[in-house]
Amino acid sequence: MGPRAMTADLDETADRIALLSTWLAPRLTTEQMAWLEDQVTRIRNATGGPALPMAIGLAPRRLGKADLTLDEREMQAAAARRPGLDPTGWSADQTARILFVLASFDGDKDAFAEKLRRLLAQGEVSEHIALLRGLPLYPSAARLVPIATEGLRSNVQPVFEAVAHASPFPRETFSKDQWNQMVLKALFVGSRLAPIQGLDERRNPELAEMLIDYAHERWRRDAMCRRNSGAASAPLRGAGSGRLGQSAERRQRGRENGGRPRPLAERSACGPGCFERRAGSCRRDRRRPSRLAGTRSLRRFFEGEE
Amino acid sequence: MFIDPHAHMISRTTTDYEVMAEAGVVAVIEPAFWIGQPRTNPGSYADYLSHILGFERFRAGQFGIRHYCCIGLNSKEANNEPLAEAVMDLLPGFAVKESVVAIGEIGYDEQTDMEDSYFRRQLDLAKELGLPVMIHTPHRDKKRGTSRSMDVVVEHGLDPSSVVIDHCNEETIEEVKDRGFWAGFSIYPHSKMTAERMLELVRRYGAERLIVDSACDWGVSDPLSVPKTAALLAEGGVPAEDIRKVTYGNALAVYGQSGQMREADWLEPDAIDQRTLYQGNTILRGGQSPRVE
Repeated sequence: MGPRAMTADLDETADRIALLSTWLAPRLTTEQMAWLEDQVTRIRNATGGPALPMAIGLAPRRLGKADLTLDEREMQAAAARRPGLDPTGWSADQTARILFVLASFDGDKDAFAEKLRRLLAQGEVSEHIALLRGLPLYPSAARLVPIATEGLRSNVQPVFEAVAHASPFPRETFSKDQWNQMVLKALFVGSRLAPIQGLDERRNPELAEMLIDYAHERWRRDAMCRRNSGAASAPLRGAGSGRLGQSAERRQRGRENGGRPRPLAERSACGPGCFERRAGSCRRDRRRPSRLAGTRSLRRFFEGEE
Repeated sequence: MFIDPHAHMISRTTTDYEVMAEAGVVAVIEPAFWIGQPRTNPGSYADYLSHILGFERFRAGQFGIRHYCCIGLNSKEANNEPLAEAVMDLLPGFAVKESVVAIGEIGYDEQTDMEDSYFRRQLDLAKELGLPVMIHTPHRDKKRGTSRSMDVVVEHGLDPSSVVIDHCNEETIEEVKDRGFWAGFSIYPHSKMTAERMLELVRRYGAERLIVDSACDWGVSDPLSVPKTAALLAEGGVPAEDIRKVTYGNALAVYGQSGQMREADWLEPDAIDQRTLYQGNTILRGGQSPRVE
């Protein structure tokens, strides 16, 4: 890479650090801003030392986690500086963490990607969310794609969404396969499609086929759930009835069976052990699982009593 | 509301989380510990620390339970010098992360020289970072090991009011209280302490600086130890405010010194946490629902 290109990257990064600073300055105290600036200096002077992970770790306790709640003028400025950037819902500590990562860029793109990879490998879940939300702002997008796709593999839905939602990064950088997997997973884990940028622009026949297959699979599953719970609306009911409630039909079958528990395979489609539910499909009532059962009602269920 | 200030949730099932939430446990503290199988390289130790700070914290949040951690090198693995040295380099970076409320659980197992050395270095780290300490007292030679742990803490200039001596029993409680430390009691079936004995201890010593925990892990243990002990104390006529202290308030007072654990975390969680980490307890939050952008 020529020195001119490197300077351009550094200039762009400096511009983005300035943008984030203009959001933080009016929302933090003078002491907090002084701490932030001191950390930036330490990060720039440290070569491979612990300054960067320490600053990132300490950010919430020093700066708090209040939402930025940017006003319309600030949002417009954001979009003007970086098309597609959507900092809705960013908090002070997240913004500072992204700023620290940017401040660690010294023009070496490979080193930057490796630094980010290491931060994520030893980061806690809030750090993952913050650092991945920053993807559209970092230099050298192409080198960061594996980091983004690794974030999408997370079982932690907000980490997945930190990559997939409200970001121009996937639309701009993902291959067709990577894009398709992201969209399908969003549906599969019960996330939303609307906040994904570029859905129309990146639609393709293969994705359509995957989604149609997926819809068929779900229809079949829902039909199975309805049959086993004995009521068309059962999968939509609250935890108390949808999970543990037994249909009259099932109770009758239990009696015919001499009160013996029904075979597990027969039971597994919809109930406390319903695998499909756990895998995230019958998930409408998943939010409050603790309502579902004391151990006693679970035992009753498995022993086939009512 | 209960806090279980010593629970190895990484070894527990989702049913445990469900019944804990149902029984009123609002927060748990997961101390870094020995996972039953020795780790043979620092990478697996780093991944473990990331796991309890990351996915486990998220998992707890899904059940409306707030999850905090203690970061440390446990006494057993302190005897593997190459591992221990590498882990010591990792600890400062992990200890400053969000939701870390103490250095722990650290202390003695066999009371070897190496255990002693890493215990001391971690006490210095806690002092430097201004974090409380959770001390594991040994199963064998407990009485002398407990006294020695407190001697070393004092020698390193830490304030006993920010140090919990855990796994106490009838033999050790007096010295722990007299020297101004917090006394933790792990209500753990078949060993450590039972709820019935705990009732006698609270009657005799009062509720000041006593803390009940489950220490539930991969062994036969009970994630409902704290609420069950509270119920037994109530049956035994212990005043409600004392029960609250030993099953909630005292743990919050000592680990809250970290600045990382506040009652507001579960009563009025930050907007950003409601959207991401914590599904919250709608009963406690008075029907307030998470804001979703």
